[in-house]
Amino acid sequence: MSRDWAATCMSEADLPKGAAVVVIGAGVTGLSAAWWLARDGFDVVVLDKGIVGWEASGRNGGGASHYQSPLFAEEQRLWPQMDDLLGYPTEYQRERIIIQRDPDLLDHYRAVGRMCSAMGYRVDDLDSQQAQDMVPLTDQSCLGGIHLRFGGHANPQRTVQAYAWALQDLGERILQHCPALSIETAGGKVVAVDTPRGRIACDALVVAAGPQSGMLLAPLGVEFPLASARAEMIVTEPAPLMRIGGVDGNGLYGRQTLRGNLAFGGGPHEWIDMDEAGPKARPTSPLIRNLARRVAEMFPKAAHLNVIRSWAGVIENTPDGRPILDRLDHPANVTVATMSGVGFGLSPASGHAVRDLVIDGACSFADITKLGLARFKNLEPDWREQRGWAA
Amino acid sequence: MTVRDVHAIDGKLPAPDARFDVVVVGAGSAGTAAAIAAAEDGASVLLIDENPVPGALIGSDAPYFYGGRMTAALQQPARMLEQVFTSNPALETAFAAGVDVRLGTCAWGLYVNGPALRALPEPMLGLADAEAATMVGFGRLLLATGARDLVLGFAGWNQPGVMGAQGFAALLTRYDALASRRIVILGSGALALETALLALARGIAVAALVEVADVVQGPAALAAQVAAAGVPILLGHTVAATLGGIDGVEGVTLTRPPSPAQAGAQSGNGDWDALRSLTETSVTGPRPAPGKDNELEIPCDTIVLALGLAPATELLDAAGTRPSETISLIGDAATVNRPDPAYLQAWATALGQHAPPDTIVCQCEEVTRTDLLGVQPPRYLDRPQAMAARSLASLLNDGPAHPDQIKRLTRAGMGACQGRRCRDQVACLLAEQQGVPLATVPIASFRAPVRPVPLGILADWQESTAMTAGWDVWFGIPTQWTPYAMIGTAEEAEHVAGLGGNMHV
Repeated sequence: MSRDWAATCMSEADLPKGAAVVVIGAGVTGLSAAWWLARDGFDVVVLDKGIVGWEASGRNGGGASHYQSPLFAEEQRLWPQMDDLLGYPTEYQRERIIIQRDPDLLDHYRAVGRMCSAMGYRVDDLDSQQAQDMVPLTDQSCLGGIHLRFGGHANPQRTVQAYAWALQDLGERILQHCPALSIETAGGKVVAVDTPRGRIACDALVVAAGPQSGMLLAPLGVEFPLASARAEMIVTEPAPLMRIGGVDGNGLYGRQTLRGNLAFGGGPHEWIDMDEAGPKARPTSPLIRNLARRVAEMFPKAAHLNVIRSWAGVIENTPDGRPILDRLDHPANVTVATMSGVGFGLSPASGHAVRDLVIDGACSFADITKLGLARFKNLEPDWREQRGWAA
Repeated sequence: MTVRDVHAIDGKLPAPDARFDVVVVGAGSAGTAAAIAAAEDGASVLLIDENPVPGALIGSDAPYFYGGRMTAALQQPARMLEQVFTSNPALETAFAAGVDVRLGTCAWGLYVNGPALRALPEPMLGLADAEAATMVGFGRLLLATGARDLVLGFAGWNQPGVMGAQGFAALLTRYDALASRRIVILGSGALALETALLALARGIAVAALVEVADVVQGPAALAAQVAAAGVPILLGHTVAATLGGIDGVEGVTLTRPPSPAQAGAQSGNGDWDALRSLTETSVTGPRPAPGKDNELEIPCDTIVLALGLAPATELLDAAGTRPSETISLIGDAATVNRPDPAYLQAWATALGQHAPPDTIVCQCEEVTRTDLLGVQPPRYLDRPQAMAARSLASLLNDGPAHPDQIKRLTRAGMGACQGRRCRDQVACLLAEQQGVPLATVPIASFRAPVRPVPLGILADWQESTAMTAGWDVWFGIPTQWTPYAMIGTAEEAEHVAGLGGNMHV
């Protein structure tokens, strides 16, 4: 979107002079953090280079079942309440099913299921017949699966807007088309963020700018290691609604929307260059044919359905693929947050954690110390090349 | 030593299944002529055309706005194939010149490398027929994809009998499968006038042309031909209502915009009484609407939207690319211009003023005008109280909205026609609500596949072993899925090694 277009419609007069907390990035992590802060009465301004949820936050599979995360319990506690807490629909639906037609993958996911059960979250094994009964779009080629009696999925785009609206309903501000250009420090603290529309003073800063976070933090002397990649999804015309729409497997993640569309992604990604302005394009590739094949295999009774669209999103990853959620030592009033490509579903909890880091300096509901930035302090400069992640 | 990420796409996208010196998309006059010329120059040439389009797709208005006025003949593929040949004699010449002509084959995706996609071995085009999808490479690609109907909705437009000028012409001339007998045409530009003359030449009655502006938009010579045929051009009018029955449109009620100046048209000075005396001379022509002094009723079975066309550049748009040394637009796709945005906006505003709140904007997803203006979620979702305070106006307070954002919230444009029937309406509404020129509003994006293609046909059933071997649900970073409690413990390495990737739930 052109700056001219933005300038036509933006009113320049009402730029806030300052806020208790400035959040850079109106993705799902930044918006949730802002919302949690606003709920506690803090004055918050959220900046974004574009529109809320325009990047990975609005281009993902919508899953909400992250057993690996220290935020898992809080994620599970919060999702069923989010529609009421936010006041807007998220399309959250409970539970998930993973089905497989490959015996090795079935064994693999049965092991994942046992691991979750051991953590206290119930997972039931499904045999082929049970899987077919629960997933009417599959057939006898499905060898079985697992039924997660927890987790679920939601509509990423609707949820992002719900956070934004809920934040506004608390009286706080989101400035779209207003990128953070630089971060101003004084006395070892961040004191303001500069934008094309002016300077916004702050007492504390949250950087949740996805792939751009590293570029914003570098001038502060903070090495925030990220690599960006493009990933693709496809969506079909509506199929009859399944009782549990959070069905995936066969190398795919995704969901059936409440409208009935089958929306799935998976498979190889492409590491890409990134600059401050964000991705130059978000094209899909002939990979959509490999996605179509896997959806057709997983749901043979839907193989006749038309694919009506595809899309790509750009995702940032840390060197170990785990989030960085940390309050920095220098500057001391900066909290950094990236969920490393697994952020949508965890957002109710990640926002809570960021709120705690900003206000209290530590997460109140979980130990997240192993997600600190310090774990990368001895990272090799060529860490991307060492992993084959260079663009 | 260069380390490879085995889960990255690099090296996994296969070369095209076939290659041609020249690939031409669209076997209209421009495409066919270009294909013949290239073949005569000694090039290997592939000429594809999506016609005959499967009946089911025509029913969902792809690629044109066919509006449900087709005869049963359309459901006979063999007859339609023959008809497509009959309607384009140059195809015989193309065959004779050695062109590989494939009908019933659509181009659903164009792929070229760019800043965020560098993994393609070469540029390629995705094709599909009723049996399978294939990828073809090209030395040169000529997109003779024509122009699509530019559609604005109005009261009752979502019933059989409301169509676009391209859909009308295709059903009439390419398929000989048009069920219309008596039409009213919206617009008075060259497209509308030519549509009228085409209809008249084929024995279809044209009850009237309707123009929101107070001057005829098209060439005087064409207008004179239309007038000479006794077809009234009703200036300064808009659609107030559509009369309908079990078979769709039965007539249209016209009115004058309450304030032409406000509607964006030039201030009208049409002589209403003279017009009525003129039009009342015909029993089948426009007649006063019962009990409505300022309305006219016209019996018709079809309303043809002929306000303008948009070049069919979806393949380029979806690829995020432009014409280049190797990729060209030719024919209508290169020469058709969208109508003057102010003209289109004037029509949209005038039609909108008479559209009841429950008028559908997006037919695929059944999004009403009220829901769109309210940025309300689809009907299958609850609308909590807070939603009542939300609207397009409140959304625009946050800055300029993108049509794709409206799509996300309301689902307008999210259906199988990729917003071909609603994208211009949404853009007009956004411009109107923001008080900005239509030309400044971004148009909703197109995405591959730009034609609906069934999963089982789009699928790559001959996937490369590298693709299969490197496939992971997500990024294939095993440490991403280590349960938090295990991080930094003796079990961690064992877990990473034992479970590996494919851990995404």
